[in-house]
Amino acid sequence: MANSDTNTAPLNVQPTAASGSIFKRFIKMREANLIVIILALFIVMSFASPYFLTWANMKAMMLSFSTEGIVVVGMTVLIIVGGIDLSVGAVMCLAMVIAGKLFLMGMNPWLASLISIGCSGLLGLAMGLCVTKIRLHTFIVSLAMMGIARGLAMTITQGTPLSLFTLPPEFKFIGQGTVMGVPFVIVIFFIIVIISDYLLRHHAALRKVYYTGSNEAAAQYSGINIDKIKVGAIILCTTFAGLAGIIYMSKFGAATPNFGVGLELNIIAAAVIGGASLKGGEGSVLGAILGIALLSVVSSSLILLDVSPYWQDLIKGLILLVAVSIDQILHDKQK
Amino acid sequence: MSVDTRLADSSSSEHLLTQTLLDIRNVHKAFGATKALNGANFELRRGEIHALAGENGAGKSTLMKVIDGIHQPDSGDIFVKSNKVTIQGAIQAQRLGIGFVHQEIALCPDVSVAENINMAWINQSKKWFINYRQLREKAQQALAELAPEIDVNQAVKTLSISQQQLVEIAKALILDCDILILDEPTAALTDAESQVLFVIMKKLRDRGIGIIYISHRMAEVFEHCDRITVLRDGSHISTQEVANTSAEQVVRNMVGRELGDLYPNKCELPIEQQEVLLSVKALSNNKQFFDINFSLHRGEILGVAGLMGAGRSEMVKGICALQPITQGQLTLSNGQHVSFKSYRDSIEQGIVYLSEDRKENGVFLDLSIAKNVSALAVEQITTNIGTIDNQKELQQAQRLTDQLTLKSGGMSQPVSSLSGGNQQKVAIAKMLSVTPSVIIMDEPTRGIDVGAKVEIHRLIRNLANEGVGVIVISSELPEVIGLCDRVLVMHEGHNQGILHANELTEERILQLASGIKKEQLSA
Repeated sequence: MANSDTNTAPLNVQPTAASGSIFKRFIKMREANLIVIILALFIVMSFASPYFLTWANMKAMMLSFSTEGIVVVGMTVLIIVGGIDLSVGAVMCLAMVIAGKLFLMGMNPWLASLISIGCSGLLGLAMGLCVTKIRLHTFIVSLAMMGIARGLAMTITQGTPLSLFTLPPEFKFIGQGTVMGVPFVIVIFFIIVIISDYLLRHHAALRKVYYTGSNEAAAQYSGINIDKIKVGAIILCTTFAGLAGIIYMSKFGAATPNFGVGLELNIIAAAVIGGASLKGGEGSVLGAILGIALLSVVSSSLILLDVSPYWQDLIKGLILLVAVSIDQILHDKQK
Repeated sequence: MSVDTRLADSSSSEHLLTQTLLDIRNVHKAFGATKALNGANFELRRGEIHALAGENGAGKSTLMKVIDGIHQPDSGDIFVKSNKVTIQGAIQAQRLGIGFVHQEIALCPDVSVAENINMAWINQSKKWFINYRQLREKAQQALAELAPEIDVNQAVKTLSISQQQLVEIAKALILDCDILILDEPTAALTDAESQVLFVIMKKLRDRGIGIIYISHRMAEVFEHCDRITVLRDGSHISTQEVANTSAEQVVRNMVGRELGDLYPNKCELPIEQQEVLLSVKALSNNKQFFDINFSLHRGEILGVAGLMGAGRSEMVKGICALQPITQGQLTLSNGQHVSFKSYRDSIEQGIVYLSEDRKENGVFLDLSIAKNVSALAVEQITTNIGTIDNQKELQQAQRLTDQLTLKSGGMSQPVSSLSGGNQQKVAIAKMLSVTPSVIIMDEPTRGIDVGAKVEIHRLIRNLANEGVGVIVISSELPEVIGLCDRVLVMHEGHNQGILHANELTEERILQLASGIKKEQLSA
């Protein structure tokens, strides 16, 4: 009956290309591939067009995606948790309209903005409760919310844009000012991206976002309150959309009830190109931002190359398709 | 008269036995640098149940996929009924009379039984329209012998797992197959349900069908199979009549060396005099389990046995608040009465649950070993400002997985690339990260090969020896008997009695599990 410790039972260890050198790991990262593609585009474009590599063009490109980029951050977190939000464009617009309307009614613009961002968060909470309590899919709930928010924006404005030229200059600074020649919007964008990328990689509570998205049941069996995580992610997403709405309001000095139509698709595309998996559990803020940067560089290039704007959507569609196909093929190869 | 028919029967069956249905000769198959099959031979005769054994990674699945036409062999020959064939895909395999019942049930849950059974047949037919009456009749015919109680109009999702398995078999039989591959068919079944399956297998064998039976459970193989072929590292090791070999011999062939004792030593101290770690009183949810009472002692492995649907998993999940309870009192070792609002509370009091379905909810397959291990208590590895300390995380994972002798290519390796046994170790390491006092393990060795099973058993015993109380739910009676110090047997949600180590026999457990009270047990 001796317990023979000399016999260690066999183990099947399947060899994998583990860690390896830092360079190899860099190559494997989704972000690295995007950086390489964007750099390649830069090199090609700098030969193809004399205007491409100018400060004005760089600034224009960054401006074009920095406000949307804030929404991409929230969307990425939500996609990692396994959800999706089709209502961001409409919620963004509603935030703009609510703040604009309150301002026109005589409220302090800062307070009005805060209230409207809070409202955006509440819309997220409402969606989150539908998802966790009634057990609806985020796709459907946010599709409904897209209609509701847009409808509210239309009702509040009666369909006509609100002119907000009386906004105080310090408020207009958010969207129009510059800091040492750099538009303030870009500064805000970079601060949010850097902080949220770091937190998403390292913060304990945000790690639970990955657990929940990777395997909901396993997360539950690890004592994680998955409903809380999901609601939190949806609130984060709509709150960032609200914030973006306020920045746009300050930038344009107006609140337009049909602003941001179709924006959600661009944002989801950016997150997915950046490596976020719609199955959940995968994605990063940096990747998503590179995704939206790539789309923006492509747009700008097409304009500079005098390609008809009608081609733009088609080309963006193809980029999305190629990006996800490469991802899927690499995934299958790993297995 | 009876003598005559028997004679005739035996002579005809003897004649049948001589026909070789399937002959695989010296098949090689490599995936990159890995040689999955390296000279595999296999011969299946008409009217036999032929077990195929081997550890995970021995090449069983690859060989079956070659037979089913999913993989093409690099070299070697396949003969079906003496004709050399190359099998290009599942449809061709079906035409050659090969039916494959996969380990995972692959039915459409929302579709009727009749349509499921006829799925392949509908696919092969050239007709534009489906004659539903004909479908139902064919399905009824196919099920007549297997499970006449199943209504073919029912949606598959309303059936029990064992009934679904029978539907899978009917689906294979409807194509007139005479080679039937059953891959771990009893993995999801209780012993009673398995018995029904074995009766059916024997009926099919007597009809002249050759059955390839893949199972990790040696007892089943020896009770119900005629011959057994062992594969190791993709090569053919032995083919023997079951009557002429022993489980020990087969296991030795599978692992290539001696394993030592199959089960570790039991606890030598008088269990019931040890400190009580958890006492459960009048636990019930008024649906699946009622009035459960027991106590778990320091250093004890308490088994929970019962048939499927007896409420075992539900009961233990009730303990740690993974399922709601309507009534019950839990008392911890310090005499404190506790009631858990969520599983988180339970974890904080040192009671953790290892789920029965490893892939579904035990591990995060896409995440790294380190991230898996820390999932139960991310807070433990954070810095003062709430961010995760990567160094701490890696060290914790390394320490716990070393303790469990996990073999891996590093802590950042994704769990999906590990074998079943090693995945289970990661899941256990996750439990250990919170230094629990009570670990509840639901089917801890399901789907794990023999060698790793022995290791998991030792590991559970080591935990108990270190003073943890372990509750083990298992549907495998030999495991319950070999591993546990005491066994609580459940029947339809009730505790039928607790058997002590010296009282443990399969017969007693089955009697209790089927509703006989402990006092009425035959000695």
